[in-house]
Formats: sequence, structure tokens, C-alpha cells
Amino acid sequence: SVSHSQITRLYSRFTSLDKGENGTLSREDFQRIPELAINPLGDRIINAFFPDGEDQVNFRGFMRTLAHFRPIEDNEKSKDQNGPEPLNSRSNKLHFAFRLYDLDKDDKISRDELLQVLRMMVGVNISDEQLGSIADRTIQEADQDGDSAISFAEFVKVLEKVDVEQKMSIRFLH
Amino acid sequence: LDYQHVQVPFEITLWIMLASLAKIGFHLYNKLPSVVPESCLLIFVGLIMGGIIYGLNDRSPPVMDSDIFFLYLLPPIVLDAGYFMPSRPFFENIGTILLYAVVGTIWNVFGIGFSLYGICQVKAFRLQDVSLLHNLLFGSLIAAVDPVAVLAVFEEIHVNEKLHILVFGESLLNDAVTVVLYKLFRSFCEMPTIKSVDVFAGVGKFFVVGLGGVLVGLSFGFTAAFTTRFTKDIRVIEPLFVFLYSYLSYLTAEMFHLSGIVAIISCAMGMKRYVEANISLKSHTTVKYFMKMWSSVSDTLIFIFLGVSTIGENHEWNWPYICFTVIFCLIWRALGVLVLTFFVNRFHVNTITSKDQFIIAYGGLRGAICFSLVFLLPDFHRKKLFIAATTVVILFTVFVQGMTIRPLVDLLAVKRKRESAPTVGEQIHIRFLDHLLAGIEDISGHWGQYYWKDKLEYFNSKYLQKILLREYDQPKSSIVLLYEKLERKHAIELAQAGQLGHGPAQPSFLCSAFLCSSSDRTVITDQKLEDTPNPDVLDNMQEILARNLYRIRRTGPAYNRHTLPGDSEPAEHAKEILILRHKSL
Repeated sequence: SVSHSQITRLYSRFTSLDKGENGTLSREDFQRIPELAINPLGDRIINAFFPDGEDQVNFRGFMRTLAHFRPIEDNEKSKDQNGPEPLNSRSNKLHFAFRLYDLDKDDKISRDELLQVLRMMVGVNISDEQLGSIADRTIQEADQDGDSAISFAEFVKVLEKVDVEQKMSIRFLH
Repeated sequence: LDYQHVQVPFEITLWIMLASLAKIGFHLYNKLPSVVPESCLLIFVGLIMGGIIYGLNDRSPPVMDSDIFFLYLLPPIVLDAGYFMPSRPFFENIGTILLYAVVGTIWNVFGIGFSLYGICQVKAFRLQDVSLLHNLLFGSLIAAVDPVAVLAVFEEIHVNEKLHILVFGESLLNDAVTVVLYKLFRSFCEMPTIKSVDVFAGVGKFFVVGLGGVLVGLSFGFTAAFTTRFTKDIRVIEPLFVFLYSYLSYLTAEMFHLSGIVAIISCAMGMKRYVEANISLKSHTTVKYFMKMWSSVSDTLIFIFLGVSTIGENHEWNWPYICFTVIFCLIWRALGVLVLTFFVNRFHVNTITSKDQFIIAYGGLRGAICFSLVFLLPDFHRKKLFIAATTVVILFTVFVQGMTIRPLVDLLAVKRKRESAPTVGEQIHIRFLDHLLAGIEDISGHWGQYYWKDKLEYFNSKYLQKILLREYDQPKSSIVLLYEKLERKHAIELAQAGQLGHGPAQPSFLCSAFLCSSSDRTVITDQKLEDTPNPDVLDNMQEILARNLYRIRRTGPAYNRHTLPGDSEPAEHAKEILILRHKSL
């Protein structure tokens, strides 16, 4: 679990973002963060904080989303496996990322969804055809059950060589 | 021929011309600057020039006048550094920087001073007349890391931003300590007896010098911001105010025996935000360009003069003393960095790795500041020994350390290579995760002590902005300014470029290979599943992705001696991203 000082720190950050001072954050509060404006995935990241259909997130929800990015402690790995899986396990981290791709929540990343994300991440020098080929290639590499989409299991398999624990952890949330 | 009439300005201009031509010369050979840092080449040119002058006149060439250095050559460089200093990483690491700058420098001074005194006690070296106080005085001027040299070398080795800011910030801020210690020991040399109250006065003086410098700088900075509030109708002289006020802050601080470097940095950092909001775009560009130009010229001149001044009869070569000076400089710096980093790592989660520590220790270059300070010493019989030792240390650090630091960094950075190249999918997903993490970090306010930053922001928005900004309806972050700039100029151009990218006449390798068109999509997929992927096509794809995927922010140092911020690739990408998102909003 997160330490006391970190909770205080995050609460302080939460209140500083909350310009309306009503204890919840709206999308505008997030959009006011300047670095997020030039992050290609900015909108999707913001949406990840808001549960379905809602426009406000309270501190609990804020913390819950950020808890995915806690580093995995060594001593946690050996804890008993009977309890519910912690939010910051490798699997849950990957699930969080998967949900950012999969907008229609059908548990598959379709070619269109992949194309949308690609277009956001890439400059204007790549034509639609080139991007399409890249997307096709990506799906072809990952797809094992032949449905021309990437399921969660296939997504995990693609990233098996990548150190996800390190790539998706903020060290100070410790 | 009326040479006497124009002599002084003529000679100055000729020197500057020589410096600039030398710079062009180096960049004609592309490979040369990567092997030998520019500073070394410039000193070399200076050595040649000095040799020529010595040969022609048969007397020592003009030694760089300390006044010229401190009053004319140093301020532009420090102003440039302070103005373009990325303030965010600077303030995030301010504790560490101050620790290195203050405690580290004091450690070095006393360490070097005492160990050299120990060497002087050895009868065989015939150095016994160099007293402890003299050694401490010498230590105080040789211990400080030089910002000019550090900048010149670090620029070419591309370390990560945090490391860059640590070494660079340290080299700038240790000026306060150097000034105090140097003046302290110098006054002790002239006093018959030293009482302990004098020592305490010295310690107190350090705080006065440092904080006084900051106060002077900030007051000039805010005055400059306030002045620019009213310059709406006379845009042409706006850039002048930036330079005038900064230079005044430096001179005022020097006048009061405070730290001029700290003053000019605080001035630049304090006024930057408000001045940029108040002055016109063209004035802004002018300010940036002139700063770069002046600091470039100064930098070149300093190194050339260093070379020129080494030739001559100013030296007394006592080799044991000189060798031990070099050795002790290296040893004490390494020890200091090790011990201090040990303490820093206890308090911070983001530890400084041992590779970083090596770079910090090895990157502690000495430069022209020590050189000028040694010439300012009062004349006593061992002065030439100190001059010789200083020269050797500077040449050693700039040449040996400057040239070898890059290969060493590359050597240390070798990671184990991946067994297989990343697939296209991995490439995309990894970049995706990087962007995600960057975004989450920004949301969580991961960077630094934002408690104080928030307090400062609050103070800023409530009071400062109302006084210093001409229009203060909304806080204008640099992103918003950038965006407004876009809307005025580039939106149309980029939209046209976007049109070109979508045009049907684009010949592309992939197109010809796969007959791309939307109606044939199913055909393509089937075809690809059957065929084994052509390795050329695959490489091309990976290359395209590697070139075109947006990089996450902060992958490289934001400060660059030779280019303006905002002209580089990350800024172009930022503009594109903003446009895309604006369209989708």
C-alpha cells in the first residue's frame, strides 16, 4: 500500500489541480496541465481517470488510477497469492494500457483502434497507406487466433520481453 | 596612416574576427569537433598566436587582463546560461546542486590546500616558504569548477538532463563560495594575526554574498519586467532593456563585493517569464539571438586568450608542486563527489548512479575563472609558481579530461544488446507506454517539491503578475504562447503539408509492394498472411517508425550553446501534436 507521506503528497497535488475547489476533478482541470497538452495520448490518459459516463473524479478514484503505477516491490512478489491481485501487478498494468487502446471495450484492439492510436503518435510525414501497412503488420505479428485483432492475451505476449514493471512505474510512489 | 587613432577598436575587432574565423574553420571538418572539443582547438589556436607574437616581439604577449575577463567576457556567457537554463530541472535538483556547489567546493578547497601544504613540508622539493595560508589561497582559486569549460565540453557528450543540470548548476553557483573564500584568504594574507572572530565573519560573509547576489539579481530582474510593461509603443528598444538590466545587476553585485554570477543568473531567471510575455515576438527572437551571439564570441575569445597567455615568461616550473596539484585536484574532487552523493542518495528516491558520479567527478573542469583569479593575486615571490600550476591544471582538465570524457561516457554506457531487434509491434507499444508514463507523471506532479512551487505560483498569480505583466487576464504558460504563435502563422502551412501527406500521388515503397487502396484491404491482409514478410519492407517500416514516432519530452538536454530553443525537432513535434489535438477537440 502507498505510504502516508505519499498520500499527503498526492492529496496536495489533487487539491492544487482542483481549481473549482469542490473536491472533484473535471476534464478541464486535467487539460490545464500544460505538458499534457503536448502529449499525443493526452486525451486518452485523461479519460482513463474517469469511470464510465462520469465527468468528475474524486480523490479516491484519482489515487486508484495512479496506484497502477506503483513500482512492484521485491518483497511483494513473494507474498501469498491468495489475496486479490494488487493494482500494480504486471498484468493489471498491461490491462490499464490495453484499455487505452480499446475504446469500445470489446476486449480486442481492432485495426481501426490501432490506426487511431498510431495516427496520434506519429508525425504528418506518414501517409495513410503507410500507416495502414504498419498497423496490418502489427496485427499480423501479434495475432494468433486469426481474428485480425489483438486480444489481451496476445497483447501480453507481444510485450513479454519488455520490462513493463519498470516502464510503467513512477518511482516516487513508493 | 593614422593607426594610433583607431588602434584599440581595430585590434579588438581583429581578435573577434580571428575567433569567429577559427570557429568556422573547425566546423568545416565535420569529424573534428566530435573528437576534439572546440575549447581545446581554440586554446591551440591561442597557443599558436601567442607563439607568433612572442617570436615577433621577443617579449611576453599581452596577458589577458583580469578586468577585461570579469567585466566584459564573463557576463554574456553567464547571462546566456542563466536565461536559457531550464528552470524546472534546476529547481527540482536545487538541493543537490547547492550541496555540491557549497559543501563540495569548501571540501575541495580545504582538501587541496592542506594536502599541498603537506607536500610543501617535504624538504626535497624546496617549497618550504609557501605557507599554509598561501596554499589555502591557491586552493580556493583552483578548486572551483568552471561553467565556461563545463558548458563547452558537456554540450558535446549529450548526457541526460538531470546530470547536465547538476554539473552545470554546480559550476555556476560555486562562484559565491569561491568569491568569499578567495577574498577571505587574501585578506588573511595581509593581516598580521588572525583571530577566530575573523573566521566567523568569513562564514557569515558567505551567506551575505550568496543571498545578497540573489536579492540584487531579483530586484533588477523585476525592475526589468516592470519596465517592459510600458514598452508597447517603442518595440525597437525592448531587447536592450533585457541586456542593460542584467549587466547592471552583475556590475552592482560586483561593486558591493557580492557574487556577480549569482546575481546575473537570478536576474535572468526572475525576469524571463514576465519579459517574454510583455515584449513582442520579434524582440524576443532578437534577445535570444543576441545572447547566443555574444556568449559564443565571449566563449571563443576566452579560450584563445587562455592559449595566448600561457606562452611567455610568467611561469616558474616547480614540477613536483604542479604534478601534485593536478593529482590532488582529481582525488579530492572524486572523494567529494562520492561522499556527497552518498548523503544525497539517502534522502532521494531518484538515486545518482555510480556512472553519473563518475561523470560528475570527471566533468569538474577548471577554466578561465581560475586563470584570471591567479593573475589578480598580490605580487609575492611565489606567484609565478601558482600561475604555472594553474595553467597546467587548466590545460590538463580541458585537454585530457575534455577529450577523453566522451569515449569514457560511451564506454560506460554500453548496455547488453538485445538478442533480436524489436518487432514493429513492440516498437509501437513501447513508445505508447513511454507516452503514457510521461502523461501520468505530469498528472501526479511527480517532478519535485511542488509544495513550494505551488506556493510560489500562488504568490505569482496574486501579486507579481498583476504588477509586472501588461495583460494578466490569464496565466500564459509557454505552451499557450507557443499555441498562439501557431495559430497566427503555421496552422495554414501545416494544414497544407498535411494535405500533401494524404495526397494520392505519393509514391511509397510500401504502396508499390502491396497495392494499397482501401477497396483492396481484404486482399492485402490475406496476401500478407500467406507470404513471408519481406525483410526489406520490414526494415523500412521500422525505420519509418523510428523516424516518425513522436519522442517523449525530456529525452535530451534542453540547453544548447549553439541553437535556440524552439528551433529544434521536439518543438516542431509539439506544434504538430497541438494542431492535431486542436482539430480533434
